[in-house]
Amino acid sequence: MGRPEIPQTVDCELSTVDFPTMIYREAGQFHATYAEDQGIFPIRQDRIAFAGILLIAFVVVPLIGNDYWFSAILIPFLILSLAALGLNILTGYAGQLSLGSAAFMAVGAFAAYNLMLRVPHMPLLASFFLAGLITAAVGLVFGLPSLRIKGFYLAVTTLAAQFIIEWVLTKFGWFSNYNPSGVISAQKMVILGYRFESPVRRYVLTLALVSLFALAAKNLVRSRVGRAWMAVRDMDVAAEVIGIPMLETKLLAFAVSSFYCGVAGALWAFAYLGSVEPQAFDLTRSFQILFMIIIGGLGSVLGSFLGAAFIVLLPIFLNVAAHSFFSGGVSQSLASNLELMVFGALIIFFLAVEPLGLARLWQTGKEKLRLWPFPH
Amino acid sequence: MDWSFFFEVLIGGLLAGIMYSLVALGFVLIYKASGVFNFAQGAMVFFAALIFVSLFEKGWGLAGAAAATLGVMVVLAFFVERVVLRPLVNQPPIALFMATIGLAFLIEGFAQGILGAQVHGLDIGIADVPVQIGGINISKFDLFASGVAALLVALLAFFFSKTRIGRALRAVADDHQAALAVGIPLEQIWVVVWTASGFVALVAGILWGSRTGVQFSLTFTALKALPVLILGGFTSIPGAIVGGLIVGASEKLAEVYLGPHIGSGLENWFPYALATLFLLVRPEGLFGEKRIERV
Repeated sequence: MGRPEIPQTVDCELSTVDFPTMIYREAGQFHATYAEDQGIFPIRQDRIAFAGILLIAFVVVPLIGNDYWFSAILIPFLILSLAALGLNILTGYAGQLSLGSAAFMAVGAFAAYNLMLRVPHMPLLASFFLAGLITAAVGLVFGLPSLRIKGFYLAVTTLAAQFIIEWVLTKFGWFSNYNPSGVISAQKMVILGYRFESPVRRYVLTLALVSLFALAAKNLVRSRVGRAWMAVRDMDVAAEVIGIPMLETKLLAFAVSSFYCGVAGALWAFAYLGSVEPQAFDLTRSFQILFMIIIGGLGSVLGSFLGAAFIVLLPIFLNVAAHSFFSGGVSQSLASNLELMVFGALIIFFLAVEPLGLARLWQTGKEKLRLWPFPH
Repeated sequence: MDWSFFFEVLIGGLLAGIMYSLVALGFVLIYKASGVFNFAQGAMVFFAALIFVSLFEKGWGLAGAAAATLGVMVVLAFFVERVVLRPLVNQPPIALFMATIGLAFLIEGFAQGILGAQVHGLDIGIADVPVQIGGINISKFDLFASGVAALLVALLAFFFSKTRIGRALRAVADDHQAALAVGIPLEQIWVVVWTASGFVALVAGILWGSRTGVQFSLTFTALKALPVLILGGFTSIPGAIVGGLIVGASEKLAEVYLGPHIGSGLENWFPYALATLFLLVRPEGLFGEKRIERV
């Protein structure tokens, strides 16, 4: 034959595989329906990557991980991610700064404990869910001032929640079943007769719950409710003018955020520590969660996870680095002070250089990757 | 009801409130001039007190140690302006607020890292003994502290209304852009105002330190000062004083008269609850500037 025939229709396959290095291209992926267009991961490579991450997290990690990894790193990381997600809904999406998220975790932990203790035949997951609802109710009460108070003033009133809740849980013995030091010992985790006691099982349970809640959050913030939150965050007066009901929107943000923090608190007690006192949920913890969303990215579900990973891993990393630098001769107090300083400096650094946090860096990286290796 | 006991509690509370006002003053200064809600004020109190007490123990004398500490606070002010404020210009106030939380961590870590975390006693020569005035016991130290606070407020009032820099500060507080337009250097003003609040932090640190010992818990004085600010309004120096008096008096009265009924230790949260209730009625505080919102 002479010249090759020019095909009448452009084949989709051709445009995607022109270079083996161009791994991240959406060319040739057509969205024919609204549902496809609005999917969480509209690009096929993202879907594959995400499925891969889930596969690793659910199958590979439980097979190869050891107990230290599960109990000291992965479980706290997952639970704090959930709490950060809760705070991110309130602060990152709805724009209401809260300094009391740890207190809501405490409410969740103590509520779940008391439900398991006092209600006969209480299923574990139902107790977590109800604990979340109870926390949401408490969050609603402390969210009420937000209708009239804004900005710093609101941040200070959320401190009221932090101190009052800590005091109530310590002061009234009923909440800790009259334990003299206010410590609760979480009941054994049993679901349908299956015991979640070993670290790997607790990890899988936590991972499953956190994944479900993250999916729910991701969809929630993309819905009408989420858009209303963002409108309130960006300019509340304007949002009100275009007909967004301030009362419902703000209170819903407080309720949903508290729900997430409450479930995270219940998991903290049941899946992570086993026994916990109100002081485990002090102001420092609230700040820790706030730092997670600042570093991870305000108004980003992915950012909550990145920030939590960063904050959980940083002390471990610093510890290792300090040991190798000073060859084991570093004192505990110096290490903890160094940690404080690095945290403080990082907060300032991120706010100044990348106010949208690690999630934004990830986004930028993806944009670069789309054009790579020919950026022009 | 035992009235002399009531007045003793009330006056004790009022005088303790003065101590809160001292910390709140530092907040107000910075907020007035730069619109920054400085969460690191408590850390600055701790930092100043720790430097002061370390030098004092080395035998520098009161004045020498105070002067040297003030020098450190000036350096800190330059550092803050350069590293925190300048890169964050034009960011929303809430971002600046969160940056000062980071700053608080940075200062705390730095202070303890170089000066150690042990508790220092501080004796500046005023004994904490009660004196009888009209049949009521009043702590001599508290009286001294309120004298210092009065002096400080007078000094600040003079500084703000009579000096050239003070007037520039007020201009910046009113309108950043207008102040820039008439040639007021914003960066210098910020350094000045952070130095001034560093000075207030030093005074508060010395007084708090000689009362409770210089230790990490001094940073929590910031948490005591927040309800004071809410009650008094963020922008008002008299508000800080009055707010401090209200918080001090009400928390002591609540502890004594309410405590036996609902449980002790409520002074940690009572001021916050009070401040929240108060805000529902008057969202801008007692003396704060009224906010007008435009779209």
